[in-house]
Amino acid sequence: MQKEDENIIIRLDNISKIYEMADDVRVKAVDGISLKIKEGEFVAVMGPSGSGKSTAMNMIGSLDIPTHGKIFLDNENIAEFEESELAQLRGKKIGFIFQSFNLVPNLTTKENVMLPMIFQGLDKEERVEKAEELLKKVDLGDRMDHYPNQLSGGQMQRVAIARSLANDPEVILADEPTGNLDTKTGEMVMSFLKKLNSDGKTIIMVTHDPDLAQSHANVVYWLRDGKVEKITRRKNHIHISEKELKVRRG
Amino acid sequence: MIRDSFFLAFKNIRHKGLRSWLTILGIFIGITTVVALISLGNGLKDAVNAQFGISSTEVITIQAGGLNSYGPPGSGSVDPLTLEDLDAIKRLGTVERAVRRNIESGKLEFNDIVGFGFAGSIPDGEDRDFVYDMMELEAEVGRLLKDGDGKKIVLGYNFYAEGDKAGFGKRIYPGDMILLQDENFEVVGITKKQGSFLLDNMVLMNNKPLEELMGYGDNVGLIAVKVKNKDLMEEAKLEIEKTLRKTRDVDEGEENFEVSTPEAALGTVNQVLTGVGIFVGLVAGISIFVGGIGIINTMTTSVLERRKEIGIMKAIGAKNSHIFMMFFVESGLMGLMGGIVGVLFGVTIGYLGISGINNFIGIESQIKLDYMLMSLTLIGSFVIGSLAGIAPAMQAAKQNPVDALRG
Repeated sequence: MQKEDENIIIRLDNISKIYEMADDVRVKAVDGISLKIKEGEFVAVMGPSGSGKSTAMNMIGSLDIPTHGKIFLDNENIAEFEESELAQLRGKKIGFIFQSFNLVPNLTTKENVMLPMIFQGLDKEERVEKAEELLKKVDLGDRMDHYPNQLSGGQMQRVAIARSLANDPEVILADEPTGNLDTKTGEMVMSFLKKLNSDGKTIIMVTHDPDLAQSHANVVYWLRDGKVEKITRRKNHIHISEKELKVRRG
Repeated sequence: MIRDSFFLAFKNIRHKGLRSWLTILGIFIGITTVVALISLGNGLKDAVNAQFGISSTEVITIQAGGLNSYGPPGSGSVDPLTLEDLDAIKRLGTVERAVRRNIESGKLEFNDIVGFGFAGSIPDGEDRDFVYDMMELEAEVGRLLKDGDGKKIVLGYNFYAEGDKAGFGKRIYPGDMILLQDENFEVVGITKKQGSFLLDNMVLMNNKPLEELMGYGDNVGLIAVKVKNKDLMEEAKLEIEKTLRKTRDVDEGEENFEVSTPEAALGTVNQVLTGVGIFVGLVAGISIFVGGIGIINTMTTSVLERRKEIGIMKAIGAKNSHIFMMFFVESGLMGLMGGIVGVLFGVTIGYLGISGINNFIGIESQIKLDYMLMSLTLIGSFVIGSLAGIAPAMQAAKQNPVDALRG
């Protein structure tokens, strides 16, 4: 058990999130989820809308604190952190990729990528160098001084990927990363994520698309009504070709 | 982190464009008013000084009191100053030099035009140099008076200026003859422009011929006193008052003479300027206050608009203090921008105002820029902006990242 825990990077221990609405109505968005995410895994959290996957994802990303249960990030209980300490920890250990890219509109591409490093207090030379390196890595070396509104969706999502890697986090948390992109651009983004995974990053992807989940992840958590309905694992990760994926999607 | 906060804040302000400019309007108007008023006020003081001929700040002037409501200093007084008073003052320990001046009004005739003017006496010897020095007199053309000049006069600049400022139909040059009280005098020089109506229209002549012409005998129009040391000004004033009470046999509180230091002469002007200053300062204060409220308003709106951005930043590791500083500094920078624009406009208005006054009353006063005040104004405007930003910045910092991300 102890040995197994060593490479567990995020652990959710029977967590629930309950929202108190008006008139004593209580909504259980997440109802007793437990999961362990190991280093280097490609995990998908799957579920239809209303399944609680967004709430779960917020807690996995330590953006939110559960009503009940505990969350461990690198074996540390996030409930024990001050808000700002948690933000720092999050900024260092988790890189976020959002469905709607969430770039800061009045900052250039390079400045957006530098932002997480600013919050970690890196000095300027270091951040500039790292940001440029990352942008080149996502093939945006020629778009460094563009503003987000001058970029296409795919380019924006690649900036977001570069930003998520800024502080060299152990985990990349991607919330519907292809949701706002066309199929082709989506595939490109997925291939970046796959590449990061093969470089050793832990990827957690939240999606409502079962094909996307199954074709890329080696563990899929199927959520329904705030509970884990089933977990599917692949012992040998089989890559499904893009062509086949297209066929399956019809 | 501070430098990064400035960077992020600056980007935001630039991004907001027109709205940023509108926000700083209140601060800008307030600061403009303050800076313009103070620049103008300083210039005005100089203008008034020049107008009264107080060019040297180390000179005390003494005049007889009484019926002196109209006419040149010393004239028309029931109880004029005398040579006896002058001698008593000369003997005082704090006094380096005391000089008699008489200024008389009389009839002038030139080019068959009869006018009315003032003639001022110039003493002989070393006292002459002192008076020239005090009045900063120099010849524009010709020469100044010297000892032994009899029926010779030096005229103020307006007699010589183009545009017939003295009203004699044509310019008067050295060598021209002019009739004073129906006696012929030769013009030997014209003084440089003094920037004062009184001095530029003055006729200067040595004391002896003026006394013979006007017959004022031992009466003294005014006494100009040079104090041994600038710091002794107040002491000298008290000493002179005490001495004159004795020589003129009057009690304290019933003085029939007036001893004025440059500070006192400026007092009245300062009083008026202070009054105006308080009023304008009040208006400016209200404007800056309203400007501050405007910044609070814009920043609060901005926090609401940028909730999502705050959420993003928190998600990628921004501490509450990062978010606070970003909004706080942005607010301060807007105040500072208002200050900078305000100072620029204020100085411009000051310049325009001064040149307007110069044109209007024909003097040449200079604007006086108070750099200390300007720096304080800029610091102040940054502080006002920052203060206005505290509440919105706190509101921004305490946003819950999940709710904020939802936008």
